[in-house]
Amino acid sequence: MPAPLLSLQDVSLIYHDREGETPAIQNLSFSVYPGEFVAIVGPSGCGKTTVLSLIMGLLQPTSGTLTLQNGRADIGYMLQSDHLLEWRTVEKNVLLGLEVRRALNPQTRAKAREILQTYGLGDFMRHRPAQLSGGMRQKAALLRTLVLEPNLLLLDEPFSALDYQTRLGIADEVYDIIKREGKTAVLVTHDIAEALSLSDRVLIFSGRPASVKTEIRIALDKTKSPLQRRSEPEFQAYFQRVWGDLNQ
Amino acid sequence: MKQKIIHSEAHKKFLQKIRRHTALVQISRILFLIILVALWETGARLQWFDPFILSSPSRVLATITRLARDGSLFTHIGVTLWETVLGFLLGTGLGILIAAILWWLPTLNEIADPYLVVLNALPKIALGPILIVWVGAGMKSIIVMAVLVSLVVTTVTMLGGFLSSTADKQLLMRTLGANKWQIFRKVVLPAGVPTMISALKISVGMSWVGVIVGEYLVSRAGLGYLIVYGGQVFKLDLVMASVVILCALAAGMYALVALIERKTCKA
Repeated sequence: MPAPLLSLQDVSLIYHDREGETPAIQNLSFSVYPGEFVAIVGPSGCGKTTVLSLIMGLLQPTSGTLTLQNGRADIGYMLQSDHLLEWRTVEKNVLLGLEVRRALNPQTRAKAREILQTYGLGDFMRHRPAQLSGGMRQKAALLRTLVLEPNLLLLDEPFSALDYQTRLGIADEVYDIIKREGKTAVLVTHDIAEALSLSDRVLIFSGRPASVKTEIRIALDKTKSPLQRRSEPEFQAYFQRVWGDLNQ
Repeated sequence: MKQKIIHSEAHKKFLQKIRRHTALVQISRILFLIILVALWETGARLQWFDPFILSSPSRVLATITRLARDGSLFTHIGVTLWETVLGFLLGTGLGILIAAILWWLPTLNEIADPYLVVLNALPKIALGPILIVWVGAGMKSIIVMAVLVSLVVTTVTMLGGFLSSTADKQLLMRTLGANKWQIFRKVVLPAGVPTMISALKISVGMSWVGVIVGEYLVSRAGLGYLIVYGGQVFKLDLVMASVVILCALAAGMYALVALIERKTCKA
């Protein structure tokens, strides 16, 4: 087995506020290997997003170790809302990360154009985000992350702001993009079906303080699209299992 | 994304209705001015009121022509305009800078907050006599007054604008690896542009208030000086003429800011 891209060993985090301290995460351990698509599901408010913040380095663990194979610059973070800047064109939004990292040059600019073309936003480069549909906006947000060429993508409920129909479509597209670009992904979601259809492995978190309760390897047909996997015969059984584990 | 324009009969009628409404508003505006001036002039001629106290359009015009001929009109306008523009630019510039610093240093902002509230509530004009003692009875105190009046309101408005920039967008910037300066430069500042425009609009009016009050207190030249002087020697023609010019200048400066607004909104 190759070395993990990301690994957490007995990570704990305690939140402090005026009322006292709340253990948010307790003895959390898991690893993510190159090329994997891992989904994290758990009861709402259990600290799923907090885990991503820890990985991203926005928060520091109180104890335990967090190891990243290639450092933080190798991570791309996709938030729940696209947060496109309305005063910039779609292209300029996609270039934002490159600007910030002072990596904007003719080559990277050309590459950004290329992926915009490849993934169907080529005709909208000069448009404002307000002129895009919700699904396209989310795709633009993903491309903004991808131009920085991260290997590890953290997806924080990236589809939850979209309506159901758009959501199924864009999930397929995003999955396709991630696989084609050969990225590793960690998806946080409260949608069990979404987790099952997209991932290779589902981590079920316990309620607060969060730790991994169970881990389920998903053996659905990987040649099919996430949407098609939803109608696989085993899908229901997986669903029941996750549902059962969550509500134990 | 341009929509296809459909010219059905109903749509033509609709457009016509809008045009008619716009024309009505425009004509009424001009008509109002004409009626006002006409009444004013007629009243003065027919002695409905004493033109010595209320002046009249013809006397105002005569006064302006006289002042323009001996050249003093342009000196006075020049002085007031210079003071106002300088006060406005310094006041808004410093205000934006202070707001940015307070955004950058949240603890400082917390400490300064009650003082800003007091300064904002305080009528800055009350500080006039102090300014004269400190800065001297001259153009300097007038400019300082204009700066003071526009500075505080700009600071408070801009700080609100900067702080309203959402935490989520800043989080996004951090995930892209941005430092604080980049967050300010690429998110907070551009997001604050609409606030900045409205701050400019308020500030233009405030600068005029500061300058005119300043001139009331200390000056020997300028439109404010003309108004005070005219009042003291009972030359109401001079007072009215100055007020009319002031109206035109203030409207002109406001229009300039509005033009900037249209330019930035388009860009």
